[in-house]
Amino acid sequence: MKAAVIVFPASNCDRDLKVALTLSMGREPDMVWHGDSELPDTDLIAIPGGFSYGDYLRAGAMAANSPIMREVVKKAESGTPVIAICNGFQIATETGMLPGALLRNAGQKFVCRDVDLLVTSQNERFVGCFEQGEVIRFPVAHHDGNFYADDDKLNELESEGQVAFRYVTPEGEQTAAANPNGSRNNIAGIYNKAGNVLGLMPHPERLISDELGGTDGKRFFDHLVSSIV
Amino acid sequence: MTEITKEIVAEHGLTEDEYADVLNILGRTPNLTELGIFSVMWSEHCSYKSSKKWLKTLPTEAPWVICGPGENAGVIDIGDGQAAIFKMESHNHPSFIEPYQGAATGVGGIMRDVFTMGARPIANMNALRFGRPDHPKTGHLVSGVVAGIAGYGNCMGVPTVGGETNFHASYDGNILVNAMTVGLADTDNIFYSAAAGIGNPVVYVGSKTGRDGIHGATMASAEFDDDSEEKRPTVQVGDPFTEKLLLEACLELMATDAIVAIQDMGAAGLTSSSFEMADKGGVGIELNLDLVPMREEGMTPYEIMLSESQERMLMVLKPGREEEARKIFEKWELDFSVIGKVTDTGRMVLTMNGDVAADLPVAPLADAAPEYDRPWVKTTPPTVIMGEDVTAPDNLGEVLLKLMGSSEIASRRWIWEQYDHMVMGDTIQRPGGDAAVVRVHGTQKALAITTDCTPRYCYADPEMGGAQAVAETWRNITATGGVPLAITDCMNFGNPQRPEIMGQFVGCINGMRRACTTLDYPVISGNVSLYNETNGTGIYPTPAIGGVGLLADYRKMTTLAFKSEGDVVLLLGDLTGEMGQTLYLREIEGREEGAPPTVDLEKERKHGDYLREMIGKELITAAHDISDGGLGVALAEMAIAGNIGAEILLNTDLPSHAALFAEEQACYVLTVKPDDVEMVRGFALAEDIPLHIIGTIGHTELKIDGCLTISVSKLKNVHAKWLPDLMSRPGSE
Repeated sequence: MKAAVIVFPASNCDRDLKVALTLSMGREPDMVWHGDSELPDTDLIAIPGGFSYGDYLRAGAMAANSPIMREVVKKAESGTPVIAICNGFQIATETGMLPGALLRNAGQKFVCRDVDLLVTSQNERFVGCFEQGEVIRFPVAHHDGNFYADDDKLNELESEGQVAFRYVTPEGEQTAAANPNGSRNNIAGIYNKAGNVLGLMPHPERLISDELGGTDGKRFFDHLVSSIV
Repeated sequence: MTEITKEIVAEHGLTEDEYADVLNILGRTPNLTELGIFSVMWSEHCSYKSSKKWLKTLPTEAPWVICGPGENAGVIDIGDGQAAIFKMESHNHPSFIEPYQGAATGVGGIMRDVFTMGARPIANMNALRFGRPDHPKTGHLVSGVVAGIAGYGNCMGVPTVGGETNFHASYDGNILVNAMTVGLADTDNIFYSAAAGIGNPVVYVGSKTGRDGIHGATMASAEFDDDSEEKRPTVQVGDPFTEKLLLEACLELMATDAIVAIQDMGAAGLTSSSFEMADKGGVGIELNLDLVPMREEGMTPYEIMLSESQERMLMVLKPGREEEARKIFEKWELDFSVIGKVTDTGRMVLTMNGDVAADLPVAPLADAAPEYDRPWVKTTPPTVIMGEDVTAPDNLGEVLLKLMGSSEIASRRWIWEQYDHMVMGDTIQRPGGDAAVVRVHGTQKALAITTDCTPRYCYADPEMGGAQAVAETWRNITATGGVPLAITDCMNFGNPQRPEIMGQFVGCINGMRRACTTLDYPVISGNVSLYNETNGTGIYPTPAIGGVGLLADYRKMTTLAFKSEGDVVLLLGDLTGEMGQTLYLREIEGREEGAPPTVDLEKERKHGDYLREMIGKELITAAHDISDGGLGVALAEMAIAGNIGAEILLNTDLPSHAALFAEEQACYVLTVKPDDVEMVRGFALAEDIPLHIIGTIGHTELKIDGCLTISVSKLKNVHAKWLPDLMSRPGSE
């Protein structure tokens, strides 16, 4: 299996994603510079977290207009799986690959902590290793992770099974206190309609060993790799 | 041309004697640009003129020290051809005036100091002091400083893994923002600042130069008064995006062998970087200021030389390597301009529009910087207060709850959750423990990092306080299993022209020297910030110490959290019951009195070495040193972190309040599996180390026999609540 990680100026989780993918794939992903206009032959595209272009203008807005993203959108439309994490999720909504928008956190502050997530919909490729309704743990680290979609879009996401993860208590309850950023319906991640693009604010690549505090991220990537191979 | 009058000289912060030296060195009257250059080079901030005499007395060498003080940052060998490069620096005055930008550019500056030397920054830390919690400005300053540190560090993708925060009235008008960066480099690829090679190109890279921050170094060398907020234009504005690009571009160029020397433009910008490079190399430099990338039109040589615009570097390249370097910087969309060359004249010659804007001899200006032996008086050490001298409280449980929810001990989670402390994927001990621990990427090694200082101890007895600050960092590293290797110091004091303040400085240095020497723990870098005064009142003396240690195998790391029911709790060290300067005295009796706890450095060494040996044998399941709040608070912190209680029985002749709340030195609380207790005791006995069994882990309460019983969840709540409550007051945003 081959994977490509897109690198923008001031991406900063690109190395972490590379480490996690390498651990699960047994080979390194291609690191693709934002200015490139062609993607290498790849089975998975990963858009990492960070502050692409300094998040100036609006988080993800400038990266969405970079040459490489036109290629990423094309590949996604033709069915290549895409995982977009944190700033990657913001970029994916800016390109229209995913619906909605990520607004400033309701608390106005950057927030970095482990969060409990409910695996909401079954999507074999991305979360087949988890039970539907299982509570897993990934960390968040963002300033603009407050997921917003208007009522119609939100209803559509819910009814079409496009909600991937929700912020919950360790017991799986969807409460306001468990929501770190004010996201509507506690949404932490979503799929596109076709189910081949996953955008999420939490960072699975940060919990890939016991030393780091957990292995749910390792389970996630191991499964993703095995389901694509 | 501006005539140099007495008033202009005074405005530039030069004394009459200093100006006489300027005239002597030049043999003529300086022009305004030259005067400005003298002014910043001879400012306290750049010249260390009041502190140099004493800084020189600190130990700076050890077999593992590759580079001590004097470069952009200090360098230590961590084995396998790898080096840790680190330094701590203050950004106090700017942060008080404009907390977000002041703190942000402080972080940017210290990271540049580290990557200038060829290191990728892998961890940021900070040491913050704010005014009293109920001061009307405190909430606003905390909020701005924390957001500024977060805004810069998070965007750079360098984890901010810990730090310390104090609140005290002595900082009401002068907060302290000290930022530390630790980086990682290969020992055979470290970069220094000495310019060399006559004719070699001098290159400017990074952001363009603007009019921001002019006179920052001079501001940092003067006291504050009520009009200080008008100095806002002297605070620089940070752009972490550009710095991230600059970091990647510099590291990319450093992977080639094109660089001869490199220096970041920090305080006093182009002036201090060019003079330091020329002085260290014993050469001259010619700069054509027309070639400096500028953000604004019509800038004068004076403004260009004194601007403190951020995210800039000056380099000397090998001849013929300019185009290769230019390509890298253009790829990262950064300015790159060859602005001059190295000469053999020993002079700094600046030209603009075809005119000579300044022509100054380098060595005399740099080396003849004033050095003062300021008069000082020793602080009279106060008397020791013992437990018997303090009235016993009615309810020890309420005392513990009050301390856990006090400004000094309450959880700092509100702060560190705003810092990305996990990016780079190597943080294995997150904020909230004794020291942060980050792995050396791709190896089994890890670095333990901590910042510490207890200013109330330093104020009461500078020498003891200085020794204590060093010892506490050493203990915090030891408690994780790390071998403490070296420190960086950030010396924050008041006006050195007052003998009692100078006495605090001298006292702290003397204590630090004793501790560094006994603990084999040299100073490898640092920074001095004086004139931290407002309207004539100085801050508490605050020698913030940043310590770095090495874990050879991170899998053996310990944390402070209680782990498993049934583990035995032990006290390493003896309780003395000294109560002077304790938080107990301050929070319960409202007294800031007495001598700080006695630091016995031989004991520190012995107890710490023993603990590290036991951790190395994997016999210890949790370890935590005793510090603020004493044994009672240490136990509560361990219970909260592990979310499990303990039953403790103290076998001591001391009054209970002294046993629980005296801030004992050279003491740790440990836990050990029941089967390992005899072995651990055996080693202690053989080495004549005091080790006492004091209890067992279990249940949901912390129970200290005959003293108190409190549920862990209650302790957790009061500990968690204080800072969010403070920050939700109106006016805190």
